Amino acid sequence: MSEDLIGLIVDLCEKEAIDLVQKKIDAGGDPLKILEQIRTAMTKVGEKFESKEFFLPDLIMSGEILRQITEILEPKLKADIKAQSLGKIVLGTVFGDIHDIGKDIVKFMLESNGFEVHDLGVNVPKEKFVEKIKELDAKIVGLSGFLTLAYDTMKETIEEIKNAGLREKTKIMIGGGQINEDVRKYVGADSYGKDAIEAVALAKEWISE
Amino acid sequence: MEKKWENLSLDEKQEEMFKKWLSPQNIEFVNSEAEKVYKERVMRIKDVVQLKKKPDRVPTVLMLGFFPAYYSGISPKESMYDYDKLFAAWKKVILDLEPDAHIGCFVPGPGKVFDILDYRLYAWPGHGVSPNLSYQCLEGEYMKADEYDAFIQDPSGFFRSVYLPRVFGTLDPFKQLAPLTNIIELPFTGGNLLQYGLPDVQEALKSLMEAGSEALKWVETLGAYDKEMAENGFPNFFGGASKAPYDVIGDTLRGTKGIMLDIYRQPDKVLKALEITVPLMVNMGVSMAKMNGNPIVFIPLHKGADGFLSDEQFKTFYWPSFRKVLMGLIEEGCVPFSYVEGGFNSRLEVIKDLPKGKAIWAFDLTDMEKAKEILGDSACVGGNMPISLLNLGTPQEVKDYAKKLIDTVGKDGGYLMMNGAVIDEAKPENVKAMIDFTKEYGVYK
Repeated sequence: MSEDLIGLIVDLCEKEAIDLVQKKIDAGGDPLKILEQIRTAMTKVGEKFESKEFFLPDLIMSGEILRQITEILEPKLKADIKAQSLGKIVLGTVFGDIHDIGKDIVKFMLESNGFEVHDLGVNVPKEKFVEKIKELDAKIVGLSGFLTLAYDTMKETIEEIKNAGLREKTKIMIGGGQINEDVRKYVGADSYGKDAIEAVALAKEWISE
Repeated sequence: MEKKWENLSLDEKQEEMFKKWLSPQNIEFVNSEAEKVYKERVMRIKDVVQLKKKPDRVPTVLMLGFFPAYYSGISPKESMYDYDKLFAAWKKVILDLEPDAHIGCFVPGPGKVFDILDYRLYAWPGHGVSPNLSYQCLEGEYMKADEYDAFIQDPSGFFRSVYLPRVFGTLDPFKQLAPLTNIIELPFTGGNLLQYGLPDVQEALKSLMEAGSEALKWVETLGAYDKEMAENGFPNFFGGASKAPYDVIGDTLRGTKGIMLDIYRQPDKVLKALEITVPLMVNMGVSMAKMNGNPIVFIPLHKGADGFLSDEQFKTFYWPSFRKVLMGLIEEGCVPFSYVEGGFNSRLEVIKDLPKGKAIWAFDLTDMEKAKEILGDSACVGGNMPISLLNLGTPQEVKDYAKKLIDTVGKDGGYLMMNGAVIDEAKPENVKAMIDFTKEYGVYK
């Protein structure tokens, strides 16, 4: 069996990658080192997506591998993971819209790139966003929406954030099937991403500001 | 002597279907003008499909979600529960805006039917979403990863005994029903009918009967609507509906994530399931189109869009079975109308492999110049009026965009003006601008 965990994940060899992690853990391997390798692998997966070598099914499959590996690692890991977080992000599908697939992919890509994502789910009232941003002192907010009805609720959500006096402190990105620059302007977001990789790039850019 | 249907060529079959559409049965036009414009409208669509000559002008069709409800001041919920209001609202839009064809008023669906059956596949206005919003699909694994074999062996049996009990709460007792194919001769009959005597199965059957009666009321409204629209000169664009096999499995059986994992974990089973879905989807489209006397078969495309599959995956999992459905429809004189949500830029070279003048491709976010360049010689290329523009833009911006579409994609005919995805809360003045401008600027001299 290949010992190259990074390679196995990037090649989407599900069973082999999981077996290898189990073997390493059984042999007393360091879970943090494995976690580091996973992050490297996920960066490569992101690069392949960006260069159009990978598509959604590849992202979903890599996410599925990651989920299973994390299940193996979880009991071995201590609370020291969160300390490594790049930053906190509040994410959710706006009120009226119950689509979650795009949001979930964005969440998984942000997490696998080291962000701490607080997912509020779907059909999220604007007040919930404000509450969570305050509670976490989050600097980045992601609003998702698949239907055109989301244009208005995104706009209202951003206004609510503004009214709560939090707009200056937050960067807001939006995403979804019918989102473009016109929509971004209309709702008053800082930026939009056409896919999960752009969301990661935006978050990294904003966190380093 | 007239040739038998099966001996007609593809062109002849399509001509026959268009002939029926041009001369609808049981329609009394309100006046001779209505009859004249009805025929002109069908001819306009026929010309952009067949590519034999330019139409007199670019035809316009509106793909409507709940737009007519908002337009007429009723809620989406009302349009699902009050069939008179549905009729009036959908009629008003067509009579006010006068597109070349309407798409019926079936889109809202009968809310009461869904209540009676405890439908779980969707949240709808007043039932999981606000009364003022559109219904939305609740994706899930309504077919489990290990149920491909059961589906492949007996799709109808699987639907009746596994899928329907999962998506309709009241039909849960159907899980107990034996395969219908067991009832094959006298000694085996009694034992395979006894489940229909069980009290809970009988309750389920009652709910189905009640739902059926309600559906019938709703369909009467739909029929009356189509008749009245035709009599006023507006043909129904939809003769029938079908789906791409990959979307059949991916949309409501396995779900987006489910099917994407399946193509890695059990590709052979996915391929087999797609294959057995082909004749089901051909029959669905052909039977409806023949019953309605209209060749256009609506096929909404979802999970084959750019990014949703690699080129290789598209060529392996999406296109082969979908092409068989398209060809099956074309071979029966139908005109598949693929309504392509998202972008399809990387698929254009693949999908051009169809006989000339037999299909409509209407795009959402695809690069239209490229689509025209690749498909324009062989198929009608329509759509692309962005719904973000219809929702947020100004009439002038809509006109500018329409002009660009007519100048490029519509240059030599073969273009159909249409919104790129269905509209709900679009601005009425923008939708009007799209149609009026096309009628004025889209005339071929």
